[in-house]
Amino acid sequence: METRQPLIQNANGAVELSNEEISRYSRHLIMPEVALEGQKKLKQARVLTIGAGGLGAPLAMYLAAAGVGTIGVVDFDVVDESNLQRQIIHGTSDVGRPKLKSARETIQDINPNVKVEGFEEQLTSENALDIFRDFDIIVDGTDNFPTRYLVNDACVLLGKPNVYGSIFRFEGQASVFYAEEGPCYRCLYPEPPPPGLVPSCAEGGVLGILPGAIGTIQATETVKLILGIGEPLIGRLLLYDALSMRFREMKLRKNPECPICGENRTIHELIDYEEFCGIPQAQAAEQEDEVPEITVQELREKLNNGGISVLDVREPHEYEVANIGAPLIPLGELPERYQELDRDEPLAVHCKSGARSARAVKLLKDAGFKEVYNVKGGINAWSEEIDPSVPKY
Amino acid sequence: MPKVKIPTPLRQYAGGNSEVSVSGGTAGETLGNLADEYPDLKQHLYTGDGKLRSFVNVYKGDEDIRYLDGPDTAVAEEDEISIIPSIAGGRC
Repeated sequence: METRQPLIQNANGAVELSNEEISRYSRHLIMPEVALEGQKKLKQARVLTIGAGGLGAPLAMYLAAAGVGTIGVVDFDVVDESNLQRQIIHGTSDVGRPKLKSARETIQDINPNVKVEGFEEQLTSENALDIFRDFDIIVDGTDNFPTRYLVNDACVLLGKPNVYGSIFRFEGQASVFYAEEGPCYRCLYPEPPPPGLVPSCAEGGVLGILPGAIGTIQATETVKLILGIGEPLIGRLLLYDALSMRFREMKLRKNPECPICGENRTIHELIDYEEFCGIPQAQAAEQEDEVPEITVQELREKLNNGGISVLDVREPHEYEVANIGAPLIPLGELPERYQELDRDEPLAVHCKSGARSARAVKLLKDAGFKEVYNVKGGINAWSEEIDPSVPKY
Repeated sequence: MPKVKIPTPLRQYAGGNSEVSVSGGTAGETLGNLADEYPDLKQHLYTGDGKLRSFVNVYKGDEDIRYLDGPDTAVAEEDEISIIPSIAGGRC
């Protein structure tokens, strides 16, 4: 039932299934597209997932259940309460524990036949090739542009498929970037957006179920590649909109001028991806634009002595979640509404964690406000250090 | 008029719309008119010197306009233009 060259060649007796495994995989074994030979390929396969977060969670769980023999996990993060809304591989009792440990336990509980290889480190240009080399398929579930380009380039250099998924709010993208047979990530996105222009999930939010939909698409593509069945997402970008509940598909082409998989490639080794994505440059510019800051402790003292007022520049729906009673003018409305404030009075501006309020302080200073401060760490710092009765979100 | 599909990250700059009908005979003209209608979108679509940003992909139907005639790609009344920006979320 193979429709294309499977990534894993026939096991040829190197891999056998125990009677327990045969019972476990019964629903696969009775399908001719998988059957005994396919299940052995799955057992022989080595899949690396970058990140045990929103996408990595359903991916690793389904691959484990499906009987993928070795699952590698790269993650150095710790489980946070705010992860539990979507990262179903971790539970409430795992909060504060390394994600790798928690992921490993869940995988082993689902299927003790799976070997988990953990890499509790940040993926870098120095270690990526060594980590990737022993795996057949790399699944990208990261949350930042430098790592996405790093994963792509390492996969192209090693000739391995990169099963891609990405999410934001209610929308997801999935594809298989495999330069041996089609376009790579750089063919689609030759350059990253400048830092700060595209909000991250931490800033923009994400529907908890969305990574489930995209992560299981990535798992499906992974299993299809291993078995060599069906049509892979190579050369196609799948777009998913959960709100309208629509899937759309775009054609992807190999860019003949792609710097890593094109005809005249200019990239022959891994580069500095932070630099490529403009991160150090953006940090330097940020330092130059530095705005006066006030810590939450300093703010509390000033508030106790009277002599400073506070402004909240978040959105009304965030104000409803948590507030410290300060008047609210969302950042987007500030250019039209700053006249409501007294520009001669000292003012402290806060948001959730300090980024939006920094922009507000800059705007107010430019508008002639004499003494404006950015509250460092925002309302979340206030919740942690001053008043735990204010919920942290 | 051709329809332009606005992706989630850009909707806040397009009055919250997921789809906008804009006049225009080419892909470039249509996007230009869209940016005129929603000036906040401009810096997200164009560089300072007025070129379409390289991380913003524009599709007519299911084809990348880079492989058609670029911004000069002819657009008919019933065509659908999609803006496909890069998003990075996953582990988050």
